[in-house]
Amino acid sequence: MTPMVDLAFLLVTFFMLAASFRASEPVTVNTPSSISDKFIPENVIMVTIDQDGRVFFNLSGAEARREMLTNMIGKYKMKLNDEQIEKFTFMSTFGCTMQELPSYIDTGADDRITFQTKGIQVDSTTTNELYDWISYAGTAALNSAKTGFEEAKLKGENPDAEDFKPKFILRVDSKTKYQKAEDVINVFRELNLNNLNFITSSELAPIN
Amino acid sequence: MAEMAEGGGGGHGKGKKRAKKSSTRVDMTPMVDLAFLLLTFFVLTSTFSKPKMLPLAYPSKVDDKTDVKGPKMNNGITFLLSEDKIFYYQGEYYFKGHIAPDGSVTELKEADFGPGEKGVRKLLGKLNNYVLVKKQGLDEKLKRKEINDSIYLKKLDGLRVESEALKVLIKTDDKALCKNFIDLVDELKIAEIGVIAPVDITPGELQLMKEKLKK
Repeated sequence: MTPMVDLAFLLVTFFMLAASFRASEPVTVNTPSSISDKFIPENVIMVTIDQDGRVFFNLSGAEARREMLTNMIGKYKMKLNDEQIEKFTFMSTFGCTMQELPSYIDTGADDRITFQTKGIQVDSTTTNELYDWISYAGTAALNSAKTGFEEAKLKGENPDAEDFKPKFILRVDSKTKYQKAEDVINVFRELNLNNLNFITSSELAPIN
Repeated sequence: MAEMAEGGGGGHGKGKKRAKKSSTRVDMTPMVDLAFLLLTFFVLTSTFSKPKMLPLAYPSKVDDKTDVKGPKMNNGITFLLSEDKIFYYQGEYYFKGHIAPDGSVTELKEADFGPGEKGVRKLLGKLNNYVLVKKQGLDEKLKRKEINDSIYLKKLDGLRVESEALKVLIKTDDKALCKNFIDLVDELKIAEIGVIAPVDITPGELQLMKEKLKK
């Protein structure tokens, strides 16, 4: 039995180390597949569009998220207490209108999946909330990219500025209508952000 | 079964006195149970294929006031997407009142994502032959180490946008799914196409596609 137990523990150790845990997402998305082999970098601004066309948003980095939120509540003249702001900085993907934001933050992480919302407002006659989220996220992400770059420089590394630049990523469900994605893409294009990336699961390239 | 080392390095008199030999075998079954439980958990929860990203550059927004006419496309193909359907036409779009020099109007042809004759991959392989053949030449040079990686990538990028290379426009109707769009972009990347432009569909093209879809 000893060899078997040895093997079992070896496998446990392997899978434990190989497993990567993700924070629970408020939305499930089955991405399409492609042959692309580009890894997703650290500094990202990600817009998720689920099957029904609801829009969710995510920005990496706690500091950047705090900066983005402060700008947003400033613009929309809202009041959030310190606890809510703190909670927001550790939240991953979120999707709600600015009005719903305080109650969305107060909802527990596991209950957000059932939170009744239409997602982030993309297009309306008066305000376009996604536009504001993206533009504030863009500046915040650039700032954190700068600090990251400077820190790497101080450490004596030879950093490539390209590696720190924020990437704009779209995560769409296979069954999302392309038109819904196009609405979001048009918001990016309005901000002159034309280099977008789609998240895909990998697929084997054809051998020719 | 593993056994615990007996006596634990104590060669003293005291130890000897105490040595009433009871069983030193440890029951390992619970530990093994736990080990397998953990093993099963990690095997089932771990995902190995990390998501990747597919870069795609969109054309920048043109100010409506400035009337910019796009460059004449003589080596282009336009794909029209609907739900799980894909159509294409080559060259410029000709309609009644704006007919081609030879008097024809644009007709849509249907394609699919299969490996057959109608497949997009075969079609693009044929149309973008110029780039694909040259790419093979570069591949061989890279293999023989005549050029290094960075030069290879630079040359490949340049090759993809040469005037002889195929340029692609993608237009979608309101029923097209993201999967259809990504599948097509994926095929374009496989065919080494450098210029991919997702643009808005014109009413004329939409009409043509509707007629095709009815059949």
